[in-house]
Amino acid sequence: MNNRRADVRGHAEGDERFAAVDTHIRKTRHSQDQLIQTLHVAQDIFGHLSHDLMAHVATELRLPPSTVYSVATFYHLFRLDPPGEHQCTVCTGTACFVKGSESIVGKLSAEYGLAPGQTTDDGRLTLRTARCLGSCGLAPVTVLDGRIQAHQTPEGTLEQVGRMLDPHALLPEPADEIAPDDGRRAV
Amino acid sequence: MPDRRGVLELSLDGRRLNAREGQTVLQVAREHGVPIPTLCFLEGLSTWGSCRICMVEVGPQRVLRPACATPVVEDMEIRTESPRLRAHRRMILEMLFAEGNHVCAVCVANEHCELQSAAAQAGMDHVRLEYAAPQRTVDATHDRYVFDPNRCILCTRCVRVCDEVEGAHVWDIAGRGESAHLIADMNVSWGQAGSCTDCGKCVTVCPTGALFVRGTSTGEVRRAPDVVVRLTTARREHQWLPAGEGQ
Repeated sequence: MNNRRADVRGHAEGDERFAAVDTHIRKTRHSQDQLIQTLHVAQDIFGHLSHDLMAHVATELRLPPSTVYSVATFYHLFRLDPPGEHQCTVCTGTACFVKGSESIVGKLSAEYGLAPGQTTDDGRLTLRTARCLGSCGLAPVTVLDGRIQAHQTPEGTLEQVGRMLDPHALLPEPADEIAPDDGRRAV
Repeated sequence: MPDRRGVLELSLDGRRLNAREGQTVLQVAREHGVPIPTLCFLEGLSTWGSCRICMVEVGPQRVLRPACATPVVEDMEIRTESPRLRAHRRMILEMLFAEGNHVCAVCVANEHCELQSAAAQAGMDHVRLEYAAPQRTVDATHDRYVFDPNRCILCTRCVRVCDEVEGAHVWDIAGRGESAHLIADMNVSWGQAGSCTDCGKCVTVCPTGALFVRGTSTGEVRRAPDVVVRLTTARREHQWLPAGEGQ
């Protein structure tokens, strides 16, 4: 066991999170078939897959680094960059798309200079797209820090994101909060 | 008396032929001098089947199958030429040309390029699609070789030869769809890739001008992809084929 420890290069000394990844790798007997599962575990522990972390997984599973990187970039659920402090996810599924979610993405992208999947330079905001959130009746839907927002407009979402990033900023009064039972439901 | 076990009869472009069980449509066609264009396929490497240029029509329904990855079966009816197949191959070639930045006139592989000759054979005189004109940076960080991703068609020959023959597995494909691209190690520049042995097998099997020896000028590329057959045959059977006669 100690030998294996000493073998790990590029390993942040004393970072207990690596030990947690190693525990999973030992449990699965260093099986190369477990690469995807190991990356999931590693991402759960670290929040994202850094190059160091992927190199560590490659070393432990005795896989070529390029293969680990290839798998990590193939699947959408793996993140290579740390997520920002705040998250904004815009649904671009069919119903939300028809209801204009692209213009919400466009507005946010232009305002914060982000493409979907990117994080602002100051690490404050991550913009993501998802399809589909399964709440098509509320289209277009966004998720701000885990909270679902229904019937969004580009301006409304921009304002909400602004408040999420800076709750004390002097912004215009919020438009009526749209709750699921705001009378827009089909009769 | 010849061994008749595992011998199949099939029809190739209307000719009745014998083939051995386990052969692919492409192998049988090549044995009988029937040309089928290929790009990702390379004798001696594992079959990838991604370029789709070797599609043939199989059976009375004329189902499209990749010749390189389709094993022959008894009474198989194969057609390697039809207006539909010609249109299909041409469309694939046009998409490959539109996807990257293939400028033959200034390419190191000009007149020694498999993509170029496949296009010439298919009669592809122009591209009907809009060029994607992607912005891709040339990697000239390696001491001996250069990688120009503008000319890469993602055939993965380099990935496979490095993994299967050299055993280094420097290369792989990162991303997916239109963002798919070739990477060395953990997406580092080639010169920084510690696993590279500088052997140059990837360079010699590249079907286009994407990988080449540093200092090569326009049209100066010379390939020897038969090295793969020589090496794999020697390893498997201890038979050393003379250089230049691998195929």
